[in-house]
Amino acid sequence: MNMAVQNKIPEIRFENVSKQFGNPDSPLGVFQAVDDLSLDINQGELVALLGKTGCGKSTMFNMIAGLSEPSKGTVVVSGQNPFKNFDWFRGKIAIVFQNDRLLPWRTAVQNVELGLEMLEVPKAERHEASMHWLNKLGLAGHENDYPHALSGGMRQRVSIARAFATNAELLLCDEPFSALDEITAQKLRTEFARLVRENGKTAVFITHSINEAFDIGDRIIVLKRPARIAHDIELSSNMSGDEKEKIRETIKASLSQ
Amino acid sequence: MTSATSDNAPVRIPGMASLKNIAMTAAPFAVMALVWQFGSLFFPPYLFPSLVDVFWRCLDILTDWSAFSDVLATAGRILAGLAGAFIIGCLLGFLIVQSKLGDRFLSPVLIFFQGIPALSWVVFAIIWFHGVEFRILFIMVVTTLPAFTFQVVGALRAMPKDLLEMVMSFRPTRLKFFRVMILPAVLPEILTSWKVNLGNASRVVVVAELVGASGGVGYQLLQQQQLFDMAGALAWTLQLVFFVLLFQWVLTLIETFAFRYRAVSERAL
Repeated sequence: MNMAVQNKIPEIRFENVSKQFGNPDSPLGVFQAVDDLSLDINQGELVALLGKTGCGKSTMFNMIAGLSEPSKGTVVVSGQNPFKNFDWFRGKIAIVFQNDRLLPWRTAVQNVELGLEMLEVPKAERHEASMHWLNKLGLAGHENDYPHALSGGMRQRVSIARAFATNAELLLCDEPFSALDEITAQKLRTEFARLVRENGKTAVFITHSINEAFDIGDRIIVLKRPARIAHDIELSSNMSGDEKEKIRETIKASLSQ
Repeated sequence: MTSATSDNAPVRIPGMASLKNIAMTAAPFAVMALVWQFGSLFFPPYLFPSLVDVFWRCLDILTDWSAFSDVLATAGRILAGLAGAFIIGCLLGFLIVQSKLGDRFLSPVLIFFQGIPALSWVVFAIIWFHGVEFRILFIMVVTTLPAFTFQVVGALRAMPKDLLEMVMSFRPTRLKFFRVMILPAVLPEILTSWKVNLGNASRVVVVAELVGASGGVGYQLLQQQQLFDMAGALAWTLQLVFFVLLFQWVLTLIETFAFRYRAVSERAL
């Protein structure tokens, strides 16, 4: 890690965070999803959180999004507690979920407008912004389609447009392309990474695919169950193919344990 | 081969499908009317009056303002009762979903209420209250309240969690959350509950008017019973049925507009 990065104030900080689910008195007991995790993510980074299913990635994601509270430790996002100061993050965090989560009663453009509506953006302005993002993601002509009339890939593109339209500083993505075919996923992945870099966003991208993590991330954090950091790797464009392959093998070995 | 296939294809006459639809809908009513009319040939009019007589009585009610105002009074009572029960049901429904204590306290009370016959409520209302309109409103509200409340609770609990979380992730205000998420998500169940309760309310209002009112369809039915006038009783009953059908049609129109986003499968159930 270089000095420039060390001196930055982290956008996201996990400080000795643990998260347990369940009740010790119940027959099912307690499930430890995250265990004493400490982690900094800096502004402008595109971080891929990589791990096997059930390793606590989504729990971390929910804590960053303010949808869940840590059992121990602190999570700080942009200097605030995302769970306690939930409303403070209005317009500052946008999420792309695993499934598209489009409101079925809204057309594509109305779905994209959703976040802007929460920000009280005037109707004409939010329509224009939404159309801009729909066009950018290749959905021109489909703005008035209801979600049921769109394909899986198109629906996921609408959800990406919905996240970008709010112009939030922080983008959280929870395996957004896992349900798509590989060709569509690859296209959207490239498009997503380009948009994040072009717009100078900080993005946390959850995935269980090593290839996806390499395609997208500037930095790959490999998690082991219960969410502990196994590897924290910064990727640079001048890394040789051999170096990348070596890292890939290390991650593969770590995940297969 | 192609031309042979097209030659053998059935010829489609425009509008035939809708005509067939209308005929299919009308067929059971036509059969019922025929059976009744046939019966009227063998029984005295106070048992099975001719449908022609019933038709003229219906027309009399519709064209005579003092008679028609009784129909309107009953319709107004049904709608006021349903609206009251719906508003209170929504409030109670939210309370039950929001708080465990609310659920524990209110649900058993509502289930208990559901077990009380409508006629008992009519008797209670006559004993407790003076004003006729308030009595009927009270009866309508208490008899339809449990169903409305439980349907609102069911609708709120059935809201998709993933969509809720998605909307919450944009940090909406309470009002916006209600408008953007809750209302459209629960609307299908709400409209169904209105349709179901409309039928219940139209039955209860007649009982309430029969016993405790000096006007309305129920009161008029009592008059016809005392006069042994079956044609009149049928004509007044049909007024209520027409009102229910009309209101059901309005609800269906609202449904068609509100749920235009729904996908229609080519292979129906």
